[in-house]
Amino acid sequence: MKDILSELEDRRDGARLGGGQKRIDAQHGRGKLTARERIDLLLDEGSFEEFDMFVTHRCTDFGMEQQKPAGDGVVTGWGTINGRQVYVFSQDFTVLGGSVSATHAAKIVKIMDMAMENGAPVIGINDSGGARIQEGVDSLAGYGDVFERNIRASGVVPQISVIMGPCAGGAVYSPAMTDFIFMVKDSSYMFVTGPDVVKTVTNEQVTAEELGGASTHTKKSSVADGAFENDVEALAEVRRLVDFLPLNNREMPPVRPFFDDPARVENSLDTLVPENPNQPYDMKELILKLADEGDFYEIQEDFAKNIITGFIRLEGRTVGVVANQPMVLAGVLDIDSARKAARFVRFCDCFEIPLLTLVDVPGFLPGTSQEYGGVIKHGAKLLYAYGEATVPKVTVITRKAYGGAYVVMASKHLRADFNYAWPTAEVAVMGAKGATEIIHRGDLGDPEKIAQHTKDYEDRFANPFVAAERGFIDEVIMPHSTRKRVARAFASLRSKKQKLPWKKHDNIPL
Amino acid sequence: MFNKILIANRGEIACRVIKTARKMGIKTVAIYSDADKHALHVKMADEAIHIGPPPANQSYIVIDKVMAAIKESGAEAVHPGYGFLSENAKFAEALAAAGVAFIGPPQGAIESMGDKITSKKIAQDAGVSTVPGYMGLIEDAEEAVKISNDIGYPVMIKASAGGGGKGMRIAWNDDEAREGFQSSKNEAANSFGDDRIFIEKFVTQPRHIEIQVLCDTHGNGVYLHERECSIQRRNQKVVEEAPSPFLDEATRKAMGEQSLALAHAVGYASAGTVEFIVDGDKNFYFLEMNTRLQVEHPVTELITGVDLVEQMIRVAAGEKLPMKQEDLTINGWAIENRLYAEDPYRNFLPSIGRLTRYRPPMEVAAGPMLDAGTWHDDAPSGETGVRNDTGVFEGGEISMYYDPMIAKLCTWGADRAAAIEAMRVALDRFEVEGIGHNLPFVAAVMDHPKFVSGDMTTAFIAEEYPDGFDGVTLDEGELKRVAAACAAMHRVGEIRRTRVSGRMDNHERKVGADWNVALQGQSYDVVIAADADGSTVRFPDGTEHRVEGDWTPGNPLADMLVDGAPLVLKVGKISGGFNIRTRGAELKVHVRSPRQAELAKLMPEKLPPDTSKMLLCPMPGLIVKVDVEVGQEVQEGQALCTVEAMKMENILRAERKGVVSKINASAGDSFAVDDVIMEFE
Repeated sequence: MKDILSELEDRRDGARLGGGQKRIDAQHGRGKLTARERIDLLLDEGSFEEFDMFVTHRCTDFGMEQQKPAGDGVVTGWGTINGRQVYVFSQDFTVLGGSVSATHAAKIVKIMDMAMENGAPVIGINDSGGARIQEGVDSLAGYGDVFERNIRASGVVPQISVIMGPCAGGAVYSPAMTDFIFMVKDSSYMFVTGPDVVKTVTNEQVTAEELGGASTHTKKSSVADGAFENDVEALAEVRRLVDFLPLNNREMPPVRPFFDDPARVENSLDTLVPENPNQPYDMKELILKLADEGDFYEIQEDFAKNIITGFIRLEGRTVGVVANQPMVLAGVLDIDSARKAARFVRFCDCFEIPLLTLVDVPGFLPGTSQEYGGVIKHGAKLLYAYGEATVPKVTVITRKAYGGAYVVMASKHLRADFNYAWPTAEVAVMGAKGATEIIHRGDLGDPEKIAQHTKDYEDRFANPFVAAERGFIDEVIMPHSTRKRVARAFASLRSKKQKLPWKKHDNIPL
Repeated sequence: MFNKILIANRGEIACRVIKTARKMGIKTVAIYSDADKHALHVKMADEAIHIGPPPANQSYIVIDKVMAAIKESGAEAVHPGYGFLSENAKFAEALAAAGVAFIGPPQGAIESMGDKITSKKIAQDAGVSTVPGYMGLIEDAEEAVKISNDIGYPVMIKASAGGGGKGMRIAWNDDEAREGFQSSKNEAANSFGDDRIFIEKFVTQPRHIEIQVLCDTHGNGVYLHERECSIQRRNQKVVEEAPSPFLDEATRKAMGEQSLALAHAVGYASAGTVEFIVDGDKNFYFLEMNTRLQVEHPVTELITGVDLVEQMIRVAAGEKLPMKQEDLTINGWAIENRLYAEDPYRNFLPSIGRLTRYRPPMEVAAGPMLDAGTWHDDAPSGETGVRNDTGVFEGGEISMYYDPMIAKLCTWGADRAAAIEAMRVALDRFEVEGIGHNLPFVAAVMDHPKFVSGDMTTAFIAEEYPDGFDGVTLDEGELKRVAAACAAMHRVGEIRRTRVSGRMDNHERKVGADWNVALQGQSYDVVIAADADGSTVRFPDGTEHRVEGDWTPGNPLADMLVDGAPLVLKVGKISGGFNIRTRGAELKVHVRSPRQAELAKLMPEKLPPDTSKMLLCPMPGLIVKVDVEVGQEVQEGQALCTVEAMKMENILRAERKGVVSKINASAGDSFAVDDVIMEFE
């Protein structure tokens, strides 16, 4: 009997060693942790329950029958993050380079199916050389099965991908369909075709880091939502993100005890908006001063910085924030910022996360590059996302809300619940100068008259009251009381129920 | 007594004067420029009058504008504060002509003391010890060299109308004398509209010690002992204290009596300061007399209990001094630190902008000012005192147009050690965010052995921080106290995280007792035993630290007791830990579980990129012009590009010879701090 029990331990020890000490050392040498070490850091200590530790592949070609490592290059199971259940898979680069076989994929599919049934997020840790070439089409079928689960799980449970090594070729499309992708600086990369193929086909010389490193994907392509210094930090920050997210689409976002007065007055906000309408200010200051404990989890911090997206808590409850950033391009909407914000708004709507929108937008960015790039269709994404979102929506206009961009930014017209404006708000079709030059084209030669017309226009429209008279603004609020007003607004919306007409699914302008 | 006074100043000193006036039941009128529309002194005053655009030479120092404001408000008297018009005889004359009282000395005293050459002559005649030097007007640089040789190097070249270090140069040889003369002359012409220059012996081992005098219009005068202001940066005072740790009773008395003699010689009436330079053998020499309220007057108030502003107002109203010399004892010790919006890590570059957070430590009344009933605000009383004279507020702006001072933080203690310790804690409690500030630097000075022992000269900063200030390293004892506090704080935060909704019942996360704290290159494995009142943190060497305090997650200030002694941490967030500022040190503190710590050791250390061959943008701004091209060889000091920040053009120059290898900027680009503008081979 004892021998049988100890045999289990022996087999477990063998499986836990993955590709062996030498490969583990090599993995460490690259500044990377092993699949199991990563799970240790991702989950609460001792909470991991493993599935399929002894699964092996069934390939018999090219000598594969000689090496059948237990677990087949991926560690799967479930555990908890601060006591809340999550499912996890972690590819093991030390085992056959983390390559994806039919059985490797089947392990991932198994926990994804369970995640959907039990309503818990899936966190995938990617560190894989790609398809297991020896298996041929079986490996591809495996990928396909995983993709299909990603799609089916989308909007059902949150899916988070952490890229902690190579992720190339078709493999990228699994993370691509998850809600968030995080990368590790200097030790991860993602691309559809690698530098060698790029060189052969296009003669372009490019390194893996330049082609698909963390910097590329957080700043240029926007494929990744964030990047971290190393594995330890990345996994700690994923835990932090999970604390904000609901477990599934049937549950409300989490609530946790908070140490901050919901009615906290911030007098300094009364001077946040400068007197000169062309002078920028940092919208992040407002976000940090509204948030419980000044805690803000920013998403896509380095991309399209003219709009800010991320999570805060109000009264301990998660709120998604979308805010124009006057510090960058005057906070203008353009292709990139509209896409970035639209995806974030849709994520929040999927998972019942209320939306706070902070508006200071001078309009859409003009120019051929924007028009040729399809700003019409991309801008429409954000408009569409806000319009279809049925979660509680609270909007605060701090300064400019001009033209079509005003309508886009969670205006009353898109069924926002509370539309607040600061006294400094200007809700108008455009800035006074531009408006004057159109209305009084005939006086363009006379600077004095133009100045008077501009002033007249400013007096008439450069304020929140015209919109407030029409009920497009529910209330003009003092900046210093914004936290209290916004917190109370969301509190009043906790049982909001809003339904869209039945449809198979919508047809967002992709 | 006056019914209404106007304060012809701004910032903290205007606020300071308003406080006393209010206490005396006098209405106050503020004046303000466009830049100060929302300033604190405007809010505090009973009325406020706009006097023009931001630059001082178009508003605060335009006599006609100030006179118009006086007329409009009907103020009967004017307090000029310091700087601006405070020592302007023409202003005093204009006031006299308008029949408005000047809360300051008579015009004649301002005139005679305002000129360094005249003042020195008068001082000599009054029996005041003076520095050897040439008092006549100097025509040109060659004459300056000759005079310097006669006096003997080193010499000090000074603008006759100067002050605050402007138009002042030290020369050790003929070349420096020639150059110093010319630059002092230019600076004096630009700053004061008066390019007269004089030269005197430069005193070695110098300490700056000054005597506060107070005279009325009835021929009475007292001295309120000394202030030592030896801690200066480029002749700008940073730390002041009263009394001086250097003076003995006899020297103090001699200096005080000579100062009074000088005051009487010029018919002085009001508060004034006679500045001396004191050498290592306690020889003292007259430097100049400031015929105004000094920036550092609070330390004198704190040890004597005399409200100097109140006395100035009373003297201006013709009252007699209520005190005699024998009433003025030295009671306890007071220290002032000037907090400036200057980034100590960037060679004290002014860091103007928005104060996103500004929370000074709570004021505590103590010492003679409390006993004399002259404490300005209703602060609670305590063993040691904290006073903060400020003119800014959270959400306010440190403007480029004026002195970048944030506040004057003063502490009082029964003795010097108590005052220093109170200052350390008060500095730790001071929260400033949004701009760079010198809090870490002054905190470092408060812990510097030379300062603590009182062994300092005016060269203290130049000698102790020759390569600038690069932060404070905590000793092991202090480091462990910080580590213990951070471990306990982190644990509190982690426990809160486990209280999130949606947990699996009976399978909650248990927060452990074992933690690793990494800070300042050290790593400690600690065990935390928590109870209802706090935590006991045990270190591997068996030592234990008891941490108590009511810090909650997210609080940017942790006011703790570690082993019963205060430990105050300014707390910021970083992944897996805290950014901590305490005692002038700025630390990244990581608190990890044992498993995290074990695995963190495997993480590669990422060295910051070598910036020695790069030109980094020193401030957020707009590139106006790039002066060089790729491949060009540049010489040390050559202009590389111009960055405009807050409407000021800053020319960035090559630190050494090199060849430009890459340029990332072109005119019109906006750059953030530390963005790479160009690289060199």
